[in-house]
Amino acid sequence: MISQEAIALIIVFAPAIAAAIAGLGQRVLGDRGAMAVTTAVVVTAALLAAYQFLAHVFGDHEGGAHGHTVVIANWLSVGNFIADWAVRIDTLSVVMMFVVTSVSALVHIYSISYMEHDPHRARFFAYLSLFTFAMLMLVTADNFIQMFFGWEGVGLASYLLIGFWYKKPSANSAAIKAFVVNRVGDFGFALGIMAIVLVVQAPAEMLDGAGAVSAAYLQQLGVAEFSSLRFETAFAVIEQNALVQPVGFSGALPIQDVALDFLGLHVDALELIGVLLFIGAMGKSAQFILHTWLPDAMEGPTPVSALIHAATMVTAGVFLVCRASYLYEHTVFAANMITIIGAITCFFAATVGLAQNDIKRVVAYSTCSQLGYMFFAAGIGAYQAAMFHLFTHAFFKALLFLSAGAVIHGLHDEQDMRKMGGLRRKMPIAWAMMLIGTLALTGVGIPAVEGLHIGFAGFFSKDAIIESAYASPDQFGPMAFWLGVGAALLTSFYSWRLMIMTFHGPTRAKQEYYDHAHDAPWIMTIPLALLAVGAVFAGGVFYDAFVEHYQAEFWGDAIYTASENHVLHDRHYVPTWVLIAPAAAWITGLVLAIIFYGLLPRIPPAIGESGGPLHSFLSRKWYFDEIYNFVFVRGAALLGDLFWKVGDKTLIDGGGPNAAAAISKATGSGVSRLHTGYLFHYALVILLTVVAFGAVVIWSMVS
Amino acid sequence: MNLITDLQNSAPEAALAIIGLAAVLIGAIVGEGSRLLIRTIAVAALAGAAVLAAQQYGSGRLEAFGALYVATPFVAFAKIGLYALAAISLLVSGKSLKEAAVDRYEYPLLILFAALGGGVMLSANSLMTLYLGVETLSLPSYVLAAFRRDHVRSAEAGLKYFVLGALASGLLLYGCSLVYGFTGSASYDVIAEADLSIGLTFGMVLIIIGLAFKASAAPLHVWTPDVYAGAPTPVVTFFATAPKLAAVAVFANVMFSAFNGHETDWSPIIAIIAALSMIIGSLGALTQSSLKRLLAYSSIANVGFALIGLAAGVEVGASAILVYMAIYVVGTLGLFVGLLTIRKDGEPLDTIDDLNGLAKAKPLVAFGMTVLIFSVAGIPPAAGFWGKLAVFQAGLEADLLWLVLVGVVASVISLGYYLRVVWAMMVKPSDSTLDRSDWVEVAAVVGASVAVFPVLTITIQSLLDAAASATLG
Repeated sequence: MISQEAIALIIVFAPAIAAAIAGLGQRVLGDRGAMAVTTAVVVTAALLAAYQFLAHVFGDHEGGAHGHTVVIANWLSVGNFIADWAVRIDTLSVVMMFVVTSVSALVHIYSISYMEHDPHRARFFAYLSLFTFAMLMLVTADNFIQMFFGWEGVGLASYLLIGFWYKKPSANSAAIKAFVVNRVGDFGFALGIMAIVLVVQAPAEMLDGAGAVSAAYLQQLGVAEFSSLRFETAFAVIEQNALVQPVGFSGALPIQDVALDFLGLHVDALELIGVLLFIGAMGKSAQFILHTWLPDAMEGPTPVSALIHAATMVTAGVFLVCRASYLYEHTVFAANMITIIGAITCFFAATVGLAQNDIKRVVAYSTCSQLGYMFFAAGIGAYQAAMFHLFTHAFFKALLFLSAGAVIHGLHDEQDMRKMGGLRRKMPIAWAMMLIGTLALTGVGIPAVEGLHIGFAGFFSKDAIIESAYASPDQFGPMAFWLGVGAALLTSFYSWRLMIMTFHGPTRAKQEYYDHAHDAPWIMTIPLALLAVGAVFAGGVFYDAFVEHYQAEFWGDAIYTASENHVLHDRHYVPTWVLIAPAAAWITGLVLAIIFYGLLPRIPPAIGESGGPLHSFLSRKWYFDEIYNFVFVRGAALLGDLFWKVGDKTLIDGGGPNAAAAISKATGSGVSRLHTGYLFHYALVILLTVVAFGAVVIWSMVS
Repeated sequence: MNLITDLQNSAPEAALAIIGLAAVLIGAIVGEGSRLLIRTIAVAALAGAAVLAAQQYGSGRLEAFGALYVATPFVAFAKIGLYALAAISLLVSGKSLKEAAVDRYEYPLLILFAALGGGVMLSANSLMTLYLGVETLSLPSYVLAAFRRDHVRSAEAGLKYFVLGALASGLLLYGCSLVYGFTGSASYDVIAEADLSIGLTFGMVLIIIGLAFKASAAPLHVWTPDVYAGAPTPVVTFFATAPKLAAVAVFANVMFSAFNGHETDWSPIIAIIAALSMIIGSLGALTQSSLKRLLAYSSIANVGFALIGLAAGVEVGASAILVYMAIYVVGTLGLFVGLLTIRKDGEPLDTIDDLNGLAKAKPLVAFGMTVLIFSVAGIPPAAGFWGKLAVFQAGLEADLLWLVLVGVVASVISLGYYLRVVWAMMVKPSDSTLDRSDWVEVAAVVGASVAVFPVLTITIQSLLDAAASATLG
């Protein structure tokens, strides 16, 4: 029996080795070899992670309750600036390891068939495994620096995979857009880490002569070593409101009272850290304002969209906020900001989803919207519900994406839903899978009946969030609740719209495409089936552990809830209409969708063609791209042009290197011209030298 | 002192002279048929002389012929390089000589006697011995430059070299006579003790000019590009390496031993010569299209770098000069042999464009030459970098910051043409087919490149130590 630690290490590092083998040895291994290696390794990792997760859920919870860390190597060690390469094993990371490896394994399998005709399959699989490794590094970090490493690693893998078809200009620009927008968020994250290091410093009186932290202080915090970068230290300091002496401060004071000057504002240090870290989360998780990259990222191959841009990477922001629950439980402004941004995103993305015609873009906006749910859940303090939704969402959203991929694959790479329709007869399996995904996404289940817990995965997690929002005493709880219910209605509408436009009614596809349309091969169907199992059962089975009876034991110290935070408990006492509201919302959405797209299919295109302001507002995604283009892209281009053409080319190059080169060249040709080839010129030079040097010596002797 | 001891103490030169004269006899009697034999004898004699010089290196200061001849570790170090380089340049030029139809039995003999002259002037401890050595080196050199006498440019090169060389020799001799007149002796030891006077100073300046001419330092470099461009490439391979090393070492030896007491007087002049050499060499090379001219200017610049060590004075500069020159000549030898290997229809090619696509046609040669160019340009980790570092350090220790700055700027400018050559070899496409290379030549290029990197880079400390201990004696 191998130990728990060894299992975790294998899970994390096996994909890295697979990525290296497939990436560096693709010429030796060939496509098939690279696919076999990466898929086999990731599937193994997934099986181990599943074992680890199930043992954790159904076994004793001791392992997760007291998270522990396996240190692999020291990375940085400068005074109190200590960071290790480590694998932290607690409930959060165990859940994430399971989600990441299982979806990744299924996507690997799916891609074997999906990418069948791609000449660069080996590269693709190497990237997939690289991504898996980076994501695992992120979720198993025990300190902010390693987390940042993983954070950037998934960003890189995402960039590489969005731009995988690098000959397509749109894929390249989408990759760059994703990278640049993420940079904005990453900058916030990095600033947040710096702020933590700045603030979390032991007070001077707790240091001994050599500058080491005293044992008393360590004991007070309950840590073995003081490192502001480690979650353990930073969170212990915040939880205990311990005395700290930030860099540049002359005295020590409790951390919750520390205020910093930032951008001319005098702000509470914890609020500042919270906001900065959340900006990082906004970038990675495509939240309102920084969401524009996600729909464009659909330029990547569909399995990539399923793995990175639906199930795992985009949830990293939610994971970060839940990981930092110790911090957000002690902030007001930052937590409210999360609630507001999350609620707005959840509603906004759903409205945009109404008017998209690209099947993948609809699912992408749906992802964006669901991430909004997770964030506002975390914002109001229901971190467990956020993680639960993250968990279930991973299955049904990956299912939706991969089903969409199956449709696209079977229909000659067509992505426009206006050119689909009637595919149910041609692709019964894809239809069934998509149906399950839609039922899970819209949250179909039986509410408000005690003891009868029947429903799809999304039902349990989404309703838990909506109920929590209603029960929350937070100022912005009601807003989140109403936006959440509204978004549920919209979600239902656009999801059924997708179903109807794709699978029902008369076909609008080209006849020859329609005739050749077919269901996906079995190797693509297996992952779909497994994900469908998850989409159906992940909610009901794990409901108790994640958000109900055992949640406190299950999460242990991985998620911290302040003593005054009862939101998970209070949601049981909401009025019955609150329980029914989400169901009413999805039923309304379904009915509307049937009316508009099933019964009166001529109306929506007419609305689209009439080009009304609301429709174009939605189909143009609230004009975000246009505004960003105008303000940032063109502004940056103008500024860049100024620096490049005037500053660099004219002033710096013109005055520096180019001028120096021109002078050298001119002098050089002058020197060679002096070289006439005439003997008497040469002799003259020699004699002149004699005279000159003689003069120099005599002059220096005289003076 | 008897003759036997004298001959023992001057063993390398004595052996070379005796073998050389014997080989002349063989050649005169047997005629052209003895070409290969004489070439073998010459290579063996030069290699043997290098070994004998190595023995001198370990024996401290040796005197012969009433202290007219002195071998110190410093000159012995230079002589090892001189003889070894002469031997190698003779060894690798066989094929090119044949192609150029100048493979005659006189050729190895001329090289042998030139090297002998180099050895004599290195070991000179008197102005007369110095002059004797300089002329023994120069006269065969003039003949060698014009060795392809039916070739206009070769003949022109020989004539120019001869006329200007005669002028420089005259200046040198004039300087010697002034110094003799004002100190009453031609011996370095006596001159070193003499009081400063205007006659001595002016004589010193003339000697400096004569020696700078031999070392082709600016502004006495005027002959170099024309001679390098006109003379047959095997001859230039010799010129650019063995005599160059000897000339710089002699320059240093004379200044350090005969005029050591007047360092403040000659140091500024040497500094000016060094600066001019670096600037003119680097700028002049920028606009050249002929590789041999380019390498001529490059050699002028590199002599300038070596002279930084001379300007820095004996304590800090002497070993730097030896290290710099030793590394430089190895690189240059490799580069010229590289040029020898590039032939089309038996004709050596010369412009930079001729190197286009060499990486495809002769990857081994192209790669070796790239390494050599990096070394000559002083790019780490090739050995040339350490040589440059040594002279720059010496310059800084002697408070010659301005000179070092000129050196740094010149180094940067020089990359402009060095990298142009690499660019041609590595990037540009080729449009011509080249002859097959002789394996000896390829081996020499590769050997030289392996020597500058990694061998000399790894063993740089022992080279530095050897040069340092050579200058202590």
